[in-house]
Order: sequence, then C-alpha cells, then structure tokens
Amino acid sequence: MATRLTFTLRNGEAAPLGEVPLVAPGELREAVLRSVEAGSRLSAFFGAPAAKGVRLHAVLAQPEDGAFAILAADAGESFPSLTPACPEAHLFEREIAEQWGVRPEGHPWLKPVRFHRSYRSGTDAWGRAPGEPIEPGVTEFFRVEGPEVHEVAVGPVHAGVIEPGHFRFQCEGETVHHLEVSLGYQHRGVERALAGGPDKRTLHYVETLAGDTTVGHATAHAEVVEALGGSAAPARAQAVRAVALELERLANHAGDLGALAGDIGFQPTAAFCGRLRGDFLNLTALLCGSRFGRGLVRPGGAGFDLDEERAARGSERIQAALRDMAGAAGLLWSTSSVLARFENTGRVTREDCVRLGLVGVAARACGLERDARAEFPSGIYRVAQVPVSTWRTGDVFARAYVRWLEVQRSAAFVVEQIRALPGGLVRSGVGSLAPDSIALSLVEGWRGEICHVALTDSRGRFARYKVVDPSFHNWQGLAAAMRGQQISDFPLCNKSFNLSYCGQDL
Amino acid sequence: MEILERLAHTVLAALLAPLLLGVIARTKAAFAGRRGPPLVQPYRDLRRLLGKGAVYSTTTSWVFRAGPTVGLAAIVTALLFVPLGTLPAAFAFPGDLVAVAGLLGLARLFSGRAALDTGSSFEGMGASREAQIGALAEPALLLALAAAASAAARGGGDWSLSGILPALSGASWIAHGPTLAMVTFALLGVFLAENARVPVDDPATHLELTMVHEVMVLDHGGPDLAFILYGAALKLWVLGSVIVAITVPVRTGSAWVNAAVAAGGMVLVAVFVGIVESSMARLRLIRVPQFLVGAAVLAVVALALVLR
Repeated sequence: MATRLTFTLRNGEAAPLGEVPLVAPGELREAVLRSVEAGSRLSAFFGAPAAKGVRLHAVLAQPEDGAFAILAADAGESFPSLTPACPEAHLFEREIAEQWGVRPEGHPWLKPVRFHRSYRSGTDAWGRAPGEPIEPGVTEFFRVEGPEVHEVAVGPVHAGVIEPGHFRFQCEGETVHHLEVSLGYQHRGVERALAGGPDKRTLHYVETLAGDTTVGHATAHAEVVEALGGSAAPARAQAVRAVALELERLANHAGDLGALAGDIGFQPTAAFCGRLRGDFLNLTALLCGSRFGRGLVRPGGAGFDLDEERAARGSERIQAALRDMAGAAGLLWSTSSVLARFENTGRVTREDCVRLGLVGVAARACGLERDARAEFPSGIYRVAQVPVSTWRTGDVFARAYVRWLEVQRSAAFVVEQIRALPGGLVRSGVGSLAPDSIALSLVEGWRGEICHVALTDSRGRFARYKVVDPSFHNWQGLAAAMRGQQISDFPLCNKSFNLSYCGQDL
Repeated sequence: MEILERLAHTVLAALLAPLLLGVIARTKAAFAGRRGPPLVQPYRDLRRLLGKGAVYSTTTSWVFRAGPTVGLAAIVTALLFVPLGTLPAAFAFPGDLVAVAGLLGLARLFSGRAALDTGSSFEGMGASREAQIGALAEPALLLALAAAASAAARGGGDWSLSGILPALSGASWIAHGPTLAMVTFALLGVFLAENARVPVDDPATHLELTMVHEVMVLDHGGPDLAFILYGAALKLWVLGSVIVAITVPVRTGSAWVNAAVAAGGMVLVAVFVGIVESSMARLRLIRVPQFLVGAAVLAVVALALVLR
C-alpha cells in the first residue's frame, strides 16, 4: 500500500481543502504509523464536521523536509485506533472520541479528556444517556493491587494557588508505581467558540488559551489568519513578534528556574529568579504596555511599534537581567545539595520521549533536537536562527539546564533583533479569508510547539479551529517520569515540566 | 531566691521561644534581599490563632483533639528538666535526659496519631515520615547526650541534664575537644530534624506531597494550631539550649550572667538555622535516614572516645 503522503504544507501556509487527500481510516492509520516510524511526529490529529459525520485530519510534522503532511479520512461511527502502535496518538484519539462521539476501536485506555458532551448531539462514544450528568474526574482510574499498595489522590484543589488538576498515584510506600493525570476542570469550550470566527472575540480567546503563552498562541493564530488571508506580516512586525516570543520564554524560564529552586527549599535562586521573572515581564510591558503581551500580536502585524529610545532602554535592561540571571542560575549548578536533588530525578528515556511524542523543553532535555524555530521556521526565524539547546540525561537537571541554555540564547537573540530591527511599518491589512481552505502554523512557545490548524467553510469563516498546546503532548511525559520515583519528588518533577492546565483543557 | 532561680529558665523560655522563629525568618529574609516580617510576628500569629474558633472534621475522634494539647504539655514538661547556662532546671533527677527524650517522643506520637486520625492520605504519609525520622533522631540524641554526660562526668557532674550541662566548661573543651565537637555536630543534625528545618524538612513549602511536619498539622486550626506553633517554638528552645550549653560554655560566677550569655547563644542558633535554610537545598527524603544515621554514628564515636 502506498503511503500517499503526497500533500504537504509549509509552516504558515494555506491550501484549498480539496487538495487534502481523503483516504479510508485504515489507510490513514497505516500512513501515519509509517510516517511516525520514519521520524515524523503527530502535531495534530482531530475531527472536523463534514457532510457525512466526522472527518479526521492528521497533521504530521516531518523534520527532514520541514513540511507538514496532511491526510484526511471519514470516520463513520468508529475507526481503527492508532494508539496501540503509536502511543503519541493516545490523547488525540480520546479527544476525538469525546468531541465527536466516534470510537477509536482498540484504544487501550479510552476515557474522556475534558468531561463534556459530544459536539454532535445524540452521539456519545461511551453510550451515556443525554441527561446523565458528566462530572470532571468521575471516571475509572488505573489501579495497582497488592497488600502494600496505597492510592494517593491529589487535587483538584491544591494547597498552593495553582490551576486545578487531579493526580492519582499508585504507591508502594514512598515509591510511585503509576501516576494517572486527570484534567478537564479548566474546560471552557474555546475551540467551539472559535468556530464561526474570526470575529471581535477571536483574538481575546486566542490570547488567553494559556495565559502564560499569550504571545505564542497569538503568533500562531496570526500566522494562520495571514496565510488564509493571502498576506504576510511586514518584516518589522515579524521581528517585534519574535522579540516578544523570546521575552515570554525568558520570563517563564526565569520563573521556572526559581520555582524549581523553591520546590527543593533552595532559597537564593528562588528569591532572585522571582524578581528576574518580573524584570523580563516588565520588558514585555515596555514593548506593549502589558506584562503578558496582550494586544501585541495582531493578524497582519503587531499592535505596537518599538521606537529607538525604548529599544535602547530594553536592550540595556535585558543585558542587566541576564547578568543577574547568570549569578542566580549559576548557584544551581554549583551547589551540590541542589544537584543531588536534580540529577537522576524524574528521568524520561529518549525512547519513551520519542514514543510519547514529547515536545519543547521536555524533548530537548532528552537529547532530541525538537524545536519548531529550527525545524519549521516561520516569520523572522527563517532568516535569524536560534541555536537548539539540548541535554542528554532526560532528568530534572536536564530540563532545568536546557532552560538556562535557552535563556542565554534567547537573550542574545533579542538583543540582536532589537539592534537590527527592519524598517517599515509594523502592520498591514489582511484580506478576507480564503473559503474552503486549510492553514496551519507551528510556533515554538516557551513550553514547546504550539499548533494551530484552521479549516474554513464556503464563506471563509472558521468551520473548525484546532489548537494543540504543548501541554497536550507532554502530560503523558510527566506520568512516565514519575515511574519508580519517590512521591515526595513529584512537585519537583511537575515543576520541571511546568505544563498548562487551561492550555490542555481549552 | 532558690525558687526564683529554678523557675527562671522555664519562664524565660516560655516568653522568648517564639522570638527564635522571628529571628530565623528575619535571617532568611536578609539573605533573600527582603526586609522580612517583624521579630514579634510569631507572637502576633499566636494571638490571632488563639482568638479563633476551632473547626473539627466529623470523621475525627478525641485523638485528633488531644494531639496539640498533649504535644504542648509534653514539651513544656521536657522544658522543666532543661537548664540554661548555670541556671538550673525547675526539676532534675538522675537520668532525666532519658525522660526528656521520651517526652519529645510522646509529643511526636500524639501529633502522628492526630494526623492519622484525620484519615487523609497526605497526613498519613506525613505521620509515617515523621515516625521514621523520629525513630532515627531519638537514638542519635540519647547517644550524643550520653557522650556529653561522660565528658562532663569526668569533670564531676551527675547524670541529670542539670548536672551535666552546667558542668561543661572551657576546661571540658580542652580535655574532650574532639568528643564535644562531634557531639555538637550530632546534636545539630538532631536539632534540624526534630524541628522540621532544612535540610530534613522545609517549613516554608506549600507542596503537600513533600511536607513532613507541616502536612501533619494541615487539619488543625485556631487555638489547636497556636498550641502546635508554640510547642514547636519551645522544642526549638529545649534542644537549642542543650547545644548552647555545650558550644557556649561561659561560666562566670553569676548564674544570671551565664544565662544571659546562653540566651544570646540561642539567638545565634536561630541565625544558624536561617543561614542553613538560605544556603542549601533540602535533602531528598530517601536520604534523610542517612543524615540521621550519620549524626548517630558521630555520637557513637564521641562516646567511644570519651569512654576510651
């Protein structure tokens, strides 16, 4: 059977929907499995409404040629599951079952993801009655049996002020044999609300898909809209967006390094990085007036320009912050009590990382060179490269150290971009969106790759807007990292991934 | 006058112990570049908590309610046997050091039982960890005290804390320097473990899965929590005054001057805790037993040296 991966898109491109090859579900399965085996990864796998039921779309990121292969198949009432042979499809298939009421046959752990009703009224993958209440977290959990085994349930309400999520540990003494993560408490129905757009609310939805990744998600959205509108943002706007994206990375990485230190009771770095995170956030505020970059990225360009005076001030402040950061982070790598906690804790093997399809910092900490900025560059990254930072060990140390490497490289990139900002306008018009088309964008946010795919209807409105936050790929990685670990090390492992609850729950 | 002297340390400790928590907090704040809470903040917290009502889960029994009261009572009783400088303890009898260790164990037993009584998996884990830490800290404490007693006995003390600790002086350091140094390190390890400080526990954490002492008291509130906090401050004082008696053996003619110097030494101990918490990370929980066994081994070597 031919693989039929004939149709590809580049990052930030659009094409008529009719060009996407439509195959049988079994063929789609074979093609995806073969492609994943050959080194691609599943960036998105989702259902969309079609004339007859549900049409599945698989988006495969192919690093070897920097393109995305897209395949479609009509699902019917069920389709053969990919998960047994391709674990990275696991959560995607559960999501498809929940959203569209179609069953992936042979799925080993078919449970709801976000605990809502099917988008297609009258269908339910689990055969629940229409009036039956659906409560988040009310479901079967994997259980380990044994005389010494005990179960620890954490959340959804936590002792700290963090997002709600439920974690079910199967422990033997202090050792964790299995962790199951059950989310859905933050489900707002954003994907459904985005359908029918773009309208005045669209940008606000996008900027708050995951509040700490405002610039990342807004950039992905802007690139999708620009692709469908047949225009491109001016070079100056692309540079400003990239500066904001890297500032977001700097702020979050600084915050994470501080929080990692805080979780092991190492006060100096925790105190320093808390302040430095604020310094980086304030740099974003210098750019656009909002510490989280709200209102900065707009389809067709950027909402704010960077004048020379502020550029000079920003460049100075970022270099001062980086100097302080070198001191604060340096303490982590030179203090043996810190290294004793970081090293060999929460290790994910390279094989598991590939099989689970981890992305972002978590994948680079396993030695994989997965970075959309280098593999699938869009915007200014096509001409200005950021070196990919990796580490081999796959433990908490690696995830911390990759962050520090990225802080240095992002800071250098920002300073360079500010110095050589292209001239011209920062905003251009975007035409009406092409009807019956598909467009996609992959942006390397601070947590990992953010994938937005838009399908338009005959009037050029979004028929389906699919968002894949990096957290959606990586929660399974956290569960894998906890195998055989001490339960007291969970907060540290969790922080080393620092995944988004609302980005996953949408 | 004798009555006054005998009650002086108990009254002093009862009044000043919460100040140690304030000193630790200020030291940590200084290292983090913050101003920190006022030194009297622990007193304010205690007053605030005592003014509150208490809420009890319907699944708990009298054990849960008895925990804080028995814990505080046991620690106050232990305090009655501890001298400060050459100021004698309120009570003393030969072998009272074993009673002190036992009373600290009693306090731990009841806080652990109260935690188990809630039926919460977190508190159960906390109680299990605390029991493990206590089981290893107690022998280290007894061995270290035995070594100190032997060192002091050669200078003519008897086998009560009031006999041992005031008998230690500069001369004891000349005679038994290595022994007393090892005893000090062993006691510091026990001190940090018993008081749930870094590197054994982290009193500042909000992460319920990593806590030891903090997670055991999650369900207590109001006056019960005030009892627990006050008990923790007194425990800091009780064990701290043993360390100070060994490390700051200033023995002038006046018991009051000696006591004042020892109280100053207590502040230094609190500063030391603050410095430790500002300069190192917590141990991985699985390494805590090794830390405490290390303290016990030091105490054994000290004892062997002095009995040689």
